[in-house]
Amino acid sequence: MSTGKLSLTLKIWRQSGKDQPGQFKTYKLHDVNTHMSFLEMLDVLNDQLIRQGEEPVAFDHDCREGICGSCGMMINGQAHGPDNETTTCQLHMRRFRNEETIVIEPWRAKSFPVIKDLAVDRSAFDRIVQAGGYISINTGNAPEANSVPVPKVDADLAFNAAACIGCGACVAACKNASAMLFTSAKVTQFALLPHGQPERKERVLQMVAQMDEEGFGACTNTNECQAACPAGITVENIARLNREYMWATLTSRN
Amino acid sequence: MSLAEQDTFLTSSRHNSNAPSGPLESRWTKHKNEMELVAPNNKRKFNIIVVGTGLAGGAAAASLAEMGYNVKAFCFQDSARRAHSIAAQGGINAAKNYQNDGDSVWRLFKDTIKGGDFRARESNVYRLAEVSENIIDQCVAQGVPFAREYGGLLANRTFGGSLVSRTFYARGQTGQQLLLGAYSALMRQTSKGKVKMFARREMLDLVVADGAARGIVVRNLVTGELETHTAHAVLLCTGGYGNAFYLSTNAKGSNVTAAWRCYKRGADFANLCFTQIHPTCIPVSGDYQSKLTLMSESLRNDGRVWVPKNEHDTRPPTQIPESERDYYLERRYAKYGNMVPRDIASRAAKERCDAGYGVGETGLAVYLDFSRAIQEQGEGTITAKYGNLFHMYNKIMDQNPYKTPMMIYPAVHYTMGGLWVDYNLQSTVPGLFVLGEANFSDHGANRLGASALMQGLADGYFVAPYTVSNYLASNKLSEVKEDHPAAKNVLVDTRNYLEKLLSVNGRQTTDAMHRKLGKILWEYCGMARNAQGLQTAIKKIQDLKTEFWNDVKIMGSGEDFNQDLERGGRVADFIEFGELMCRDALAREESCGGHFREEHSMDGEAKRDDANFSHVAAWQYQGPDAVPIRHQEQLKFEFVTPSIRSYSE
Repeated sequence: MSTGKLSLTLKIWRQSGKDQPGQFKTYKLHDVNTHMSFLEMLDVLNDQLIRQGEEPVAFDHDCREGICGSCGMMINGQAHGPDNETTTCQLHMRRFRNEETIVIEPWRAKSFPVIKDLAVDRSAFDRIVQAGGYISINTGNAPEANSVPVPKVDADLAFNAAACIGCGACVAACKNASAMLFTSAKVTQFALLPHGQPERKERVLQMVAQMDEEGFGACTNTNECQAACPAGITVENIARLNREYMWATLTSRN
Repeated sequence: MSLAEQDTFLTSSRHNSNAPSGPLESRWTKHKNEMELVAPNNKRKFNIIVVGTGLAGGAAAASLAEMGYNVKAFCFQDSARRAHSIAAQGGINAAKNYQNDGDSVWRLFKDTIKGGDFRARESNVYRLAEVSENIIDQCVAQGVPFAREYGGLLANRTFGGSLVSRTFYARGQTGQQLLLGAYSALMRQTSKGKVKMFARREMLDLVVADGAARGIVVRNLVTGELETHTAHAVLLCTGGYGNAFYLSTNAKGSNVTAAWRCYKRGADFANLCFTQIHPTCIPVSGDYQSKLTLMSESLRNDGRVWVPKNEHDTRPPTQIPESERDYYLERRYAKYGNMVPRDIASRAAKERCDAGYGVGETGLAVYLDFSRAIQEQGEGTITAKYGNLFHMYNKIMDQNPYKTPMMIYPAVHYTMGGLWVDYNLQSTVPGLFVLGEANFSDHGANRLGASALMQGLADGYFVAPYTVSNYLASNKLSEVKEDHPAAKNVLVDTRNYLEKLLSVNGRQTTDAMHRKLGKILWEYCGMARNAQGLQTAIKKIQDLKTEFWNDVKIMGSGEDFNQDLERGGRVADFIEFGELMCRDALAREESCGGHFREEHSMDGEAKRDDANFSHVAAWQYQGPDAVPIRHQEQLKFEFVTPSIRSYSE
């Protein structure tokens, strides 16, 4: 692990509140250790800003292990930056060159309004889940776990879909700001499991309806979402969502 | 400060465990049968506040709402799904005995009691083991995609401190999948209107009216507005205090503030010195480091821990021949080998590094080697088991663990201590229940791997819903609204406190202060502690507190989205908390589990003192400048005999 130092120019979107105008501000940062994570680099910038009496840059973050889904920003136009299957917190400064200019913006989508600087409101995702992203089972109702075998291949595919961290990169990367990848991952997880069958049709219909109501755009199959997804969720899930939706529309009794 | 000054040691009725008597196997059932019930139609007349939406909070909020109560759930994250339970990797224990390897509720109970170095209540731990089976059933029914065998049934793996395979897992993302299960149940109740969800709210104080917990004051983190919420009971599910050390595997936002404010309102804090230093984390690399990353304990199923046999050996690991490697865990602990419990594995790593055998640039690391496992099982199998962990290691260290051993070192991970609770999970403030990592109850002095998820969900799904109902049914609670004098006073206190924080206007950042605290705690109250060091630490922390209130610089205002202010408040509480943690460590003149006092050891192994310390220490707040009172709850062992914890034979 050889250590390098970078000098960087950062162009960061600053916006004081939801309905306030925003603008890019330029900052210089020196002696950036290449082993730092991207968020640690922002920590160093914020430390510098506070010492200078300026307000630090607001950004959401929590686990810094790539699993909580809190962090996320457009880095040089790419959601979560240049690495594949990597959240912003897991991106490291060794991926950048000395003297590089890095442009940092919040997720861009009407359904994710900016709260401040790089922090956005993703509560629309919660409401999509509320519309049907669950199996209706009360505590205490469950049968013995091994009473329902699940073919391993289905269980593995369900797991792959369930790995979504809800960060919103798929929406931010999509030119239509579509939430199809997010929604399809949840629909897929339950559609593949025997436990999810009773509510299968209602689930997909309601979740899609909520997705539309939140103002997310339509899917035009450009696959940017898959490219940006840090959890490896594939567009195969979108295909399944479309099939599920079609089938439910044609056969639902409601 | 001498022990005499620490105030008297008391045994009091304040800490009656309220554990039922009789045969261990039937205690929980008997207790449930004897509880008062709330009539179905009356449930909707009760309001319950749940703070925190991790496994404990999410499960409790959903379950109570399903029963018919009105629940208000709070979290500081932007969504309930982001609580730090999500980062748990390895798995969840349950005594299903699916592997036919002799597991049972009794064995899980015994392993947990022993793993905790005989510092937990038998009744609580047995109940935990008992409901573990229901947890798996519940989660599977919710659609949690656990790992499965080709026949379609659930798979298991082994975790430290156990000789059976009872750990259920979902690749290296078990916590995420379990949390999403609880979150989906919570969202379902939200859609039904039974749960009102308040995200981006931070609890800043507890409202105690007429002697009972009746509400909370929170700060809306987006607008800065202070809000008062009242209810008939408050459930605190706010996690542990590992971030007192600054560097830990906890999420950046994890904090002790809610629990600490409850302590100041009368909820006693117990066993603070029992902190878990996890043996397999990615080592510290620089001053800028903001957190440490855990590499799941499950890796020790296939990874072998070693250091070079020669001191200060700087050769790359792959060039060190087999004969010059010291697999020190296998050498010292023949029976459990690499699967010894966490406290033991951590101390053994520290011992080797302190002796000059550590590796890496800092010498503060040991190897975790998968070469034999890859040779024997193939890379594909190892990828299937640990793929995401290898990926994460590669991201952070820029090294490929398939080709070269991982470097690991212990890091603060989990805190066994927490607010004192009785068998009903009720604190010393009536109506304040504490669940999950935030309470002190089930893990004694050391938690076994894959038991945190078990406890969080046990408390949330299967314990609190009963005991909270019993509390509501058996107490007459008068109406308390936002305009109650107690609530109004707490609101004023909170507002004044925030103004005070913002008005210091010194020169040091909140992070700089936090790092200073972390260094003190890690040096004097980390993997090894002694009386002199702890006394030094207490003094240093008191000085740091003065420094904080004279020199901290917090930007922005209180009426805004202000992350600097959030950090400032948390650091201020961690400083006060840190002092009490050191006091607790100083008073406990023995070594047990995660608490290792250098004065009390034998051949490098912890030396427990059952004659004098077979008790829970619960600290009662006495005011800002007074030394708190240390109470004792004596532990009774009726079913297992405390023995010297040996993992070597």
